[in-house]
Amino acid sequence: MFEGVPLTWFLITGTIMFFVGIYGFLVRKNLITILMSTELILNSVNINFVAFNKILYPGHLEGMFFTIFIIAVAAAEASVAIAIIINIYRRLVSINVEKMDEMKY
Amino acid sequence: MTTNQLMFAIFSAVIIIFSILTVTSRRILRAATFLLFVLVATGGMYFLLRFNFLAAIQLALYAGGIVVLIIFSILLTSHIADKLEAPGWKKVVPALVAVAFGAVITIATILQYQFPQEVMSGSERTDIHVIAKSLISTEKFGYALPFEVISILLLAAMVGAIILAKKRKD
Repeated sequence: MFEGVPLTWFLITGTIMFFVGIYGFLVRKNLITILMSTELILNSVNINFVAFNKILYPGHLEGMFFTIFIIAVAAAEASVAIAIIINIYRRLVSINVEKMDEMKY
Repeated sequence: MTTNQLMFAIFSAVIIIFSILTVTSRRILRAATFLLFVLVATGGMYFLLRFNFLAAIQLALYAGGIVVLIIFSILLTSHIADKLEAPGWKKVVPALVAVAFGAVITIATILQYQFPQEVMSGSERTDIHVIAKSLISTEKFGYALPFEVISILLLAAMVGAIILAKKRKD
């Protein structure tokens, strides 16, 4: 039983973190900073899952397992994304998204 | 103010302030460091909710693994002294409007919604024995299939990352 902090506070923290991540995703031009915004978005979802799990269903563990799987997927995604970023840097000597227009016709 | 509320306030403030700094800082290495603070504070949030194993995973995998990977790739691809160019107003204003709109709608919905007050009772064990048994169980509330799928995904990601980042021979 977790007491003292209502569920909505966790959800509001998660919401603010999520939309800050979206803002970074829209505004940033460097590929690595875009990847960091994605990590923020995934983390905010994790906070929501864990808070729902603990406060509404304390006898279950579904939220925790979903969070574990999201963390695993995020790790896989980050490693592949960084491999792609390094490959792009090798070819174009830049990781600015606005300079990547080779495949546009 | 109870201890839970105080700790929640600290972690929540750290998360919000440093996530804003992460997306606005113009030095990329500083942005990565601020991201590290956000991830550690999220781990603290898991400790606050008594998910100790999950907090350990968060610290080891996110703060220890992904941030180090991001910092390595920053050192490989950027000059540390360089500042990122500031985004123009034509980009910032529409993004801010869209984000503020989304955040206001979501927070209003959360505040309006009536969450159930009574909670489901049951054992509250979140120790490592329960987690391990659920992860390899095929019965109800067992997660054997996602566990296997995620292991294949991790293997595929590892092979893919090596192939992609490897130097071409030609």
